[in-house]
Amino acid sequence: MTLLKVEADVSSPANNLNARRPRKDRRAARRAVNAGAPSHRGDGRLAWILIAPALLGFVVFALYPTLRGVYLSFTEFRVLTPPTWVGLDNFVKLAGDEVFWQSLGVTIYFVVIAVGLTMTFSVLTAAVLHRLTTSTVVRGLIILPFLISSVVAATVWSWMLDTQLGVVNLVIEFLGGDGQQFLSSRAWAIPTIALIHVWKNLGYTSIIIFAGLQTIPPTIYEAGRIDGANERQMFLRLTMPLLRPIIALVLVLNVIGAFQVFDIIAVTTKGGPANASNVLQMYIYNKAFGQFDFGYASAMSMALFVILIAITFIQMRMLRANESDNS
Amino acid sequence: MTYTPTTTSATLIGSDRMTPARVRGHSRKFSFGRSLAWLYLIGVLFVTIFPFYWILRTALSDNYALLSNPSSILPVDFTWGPFRRVLGLAAPAEAVAEGGSGASIQLSSFLLNSIVYATVSTALIVFFSTLAAYAFARLQWRGREVMFSMFLAALMVPGILTLLPNFVLIKELGLLNTFAGMILPGALFSAFNIFFLRQFMLGLSTETEEAALLDGAGRVRMLFGITLPMASGPIITLFILGFIGMWNDYFWPLLVTTDSSVQPLTLALAVFKQSSPQAQPDWAGLMAATLVAALPMLLLFMVFGRRIVNSIGFTGLK
Repeated sequence: MTLLKVEADVSSPANNLNARRPRKDRRAARRAVNAGAPSHRGDGRLAWILIAPALLGFVVFALYPTLRGVYLSFTEFRVLTPPTWVGLDNFVKLAGDEVFWQSLGVTIYFVVIAVGLTMTFSVLTAAVLHRLTTSTVVRGLIILPFLISSVVAATVWSWMLDTQLGVVNLVIEFLGGDGQQFLSSRAWAIPTIALIHVWKNLGYTSIIIFAGLQTIPPTIYEAGRIDGANERQMFLRLTMPLLRPIIALVLVLNVIGAFQVFDIIAVTTKGGPANASNVLQMYIYNKAFGQFDFGYASAMSMALFVILIAITFIQMRMLRANESDNS
Repeated sequence: MTYTPTTTSATLIGSDRMTPARVRGHSRKFSFGRSLAWLYLIGVLFVTIFPFYWILRTALSDNYALLSNPSSILPVDFTWGPFRRVLGLAAPAEAVAEGGSGASIQLSSFLLNSIVYATVSTALIVFFSTLAAYAFARLQWRGREVMFSMFLAALMVPGILTLLPNFVLIKELGLLNTFAGMILPGALFSAFNIFFLRQFMLGLSTETEEAALLDGAGRVRMLFGITLPMASGPIITLFILGFIGMWNDYFWPLLVTTDSSVQPLTLALAVFKQSSPQAQPDWAGLMAATLVAALPMLLLFMVFGRRIVNSIGFTGLK
């Protein structure tokens, strides 16, 4: 221990010498000094001990299942018997599976409605919040639906949307409209589920975008005002371009999340009526746990994964997410 | 969501007429926009909060009375019956008489399962992530950068790809229907947590640590005595966000548990919802169960609301 202390003392003047350099240089220099210094001598062993649990989790529950998932998608696997290699059979079957394509269509329909509404209203809500109030209470109330589970949200809304006793239909009838079978008609099932999804996610997304708005320096708006821009122009010409990186990120996260919608549907329609809300994750779940066709379910998971990667890539490209317009 | 625009539009017209008179000094157009914005915000808040009120209102109503008076704003025939039913406090005969199904659901045991599942998983994952984040932020070791990018790559893989193989693994390990099976896959590794904490630790000044080093403190003591307390803010944030996520988790427990002795509340609620008779569901009981499931989150919110709001903003900015 004494040795360590002495040598640490020796190395400290080196740090002092660097004191007037820019911070980044200083840190790099210190790292260079420290790398061989005794203070980092035991680091290697300690580091491996510290990351051991995370590494174990990574290998066993992330890396291995990913590779295994890829492998299983090329097999016939019914859980009780070991998987047998069938090459591309699952994917050939997939290409000709009408239910799969219908299910993909339903999923995309859902994603378009859910993400479209979430993005539109969250940008609007964030902008309105930003202009009107910094109250944490208001923002807190807005994220309330984020705190409850999708199961709870789905249960409440299936009560509120009930055909006979639901408050929504009562209001519609009171206003002179016709009651709708929101969750039990083919036409309404997906839009209704999408609205529940929007209700659940709107606040969360709004708060993220709101945080993005707060990073825009107010001087930019002052400059805009001096140049005679009105609120709408400032929003379209200043706010939106500056927000682009955040909006791109939020959009990608929302699309990925919406593609994997499951909980709300499991509680409300279970994919019905007549497959009208049979989204991909529901179909995969039913194949795996209803018919124990794990090989085929894995192949569909792979397909979903590829779709998600492709969409993420395209979106990031289109929105040039890494740079805002002004940079 | 579908009906409120129409209900708010009535108030909208009324307010518009009032505002120009109130703020005569300002430009007319500006205050019109502002009051429109306020109305929009009030509309959003109404749609957001109303379902929570409706849960409470229905949960305190008599299930049969709901039939005859479905549009009452206040509870119909106020009663604690639904709560007594779902918490297993009512005798089966009494429950049936009140419009519940005879089968008892005993939410209290599921509540306990949820508490165990959410608390243990979150505590473990935050603890292990902290250790790993420290190794990435403060220690010098070979392979650090490679390991870190490997961990980050895991963020790209969506849940659906690993869920089925993980189920097979848990089944092979004989851990179906156990807390270990539910907790283990999510208790060791979280790329997001590690990244989040590493970023924070990199931003911390190293001066205190260097001073401790001069005093002869070992690395382990520094981690627990200095860095951990300094990072307590983000650690608590991750704990809260993790706890919310675990409490609300449905899909993974659905895969690995079929036995009600370990199932969390979300599953019990879904089963309760699905097994409710189609002809005449026990809506009052369902809403009482919903409230029981949501209440811990609402309490958490009351205590940590500000922190939750700020941390969500922060997580999005990275």
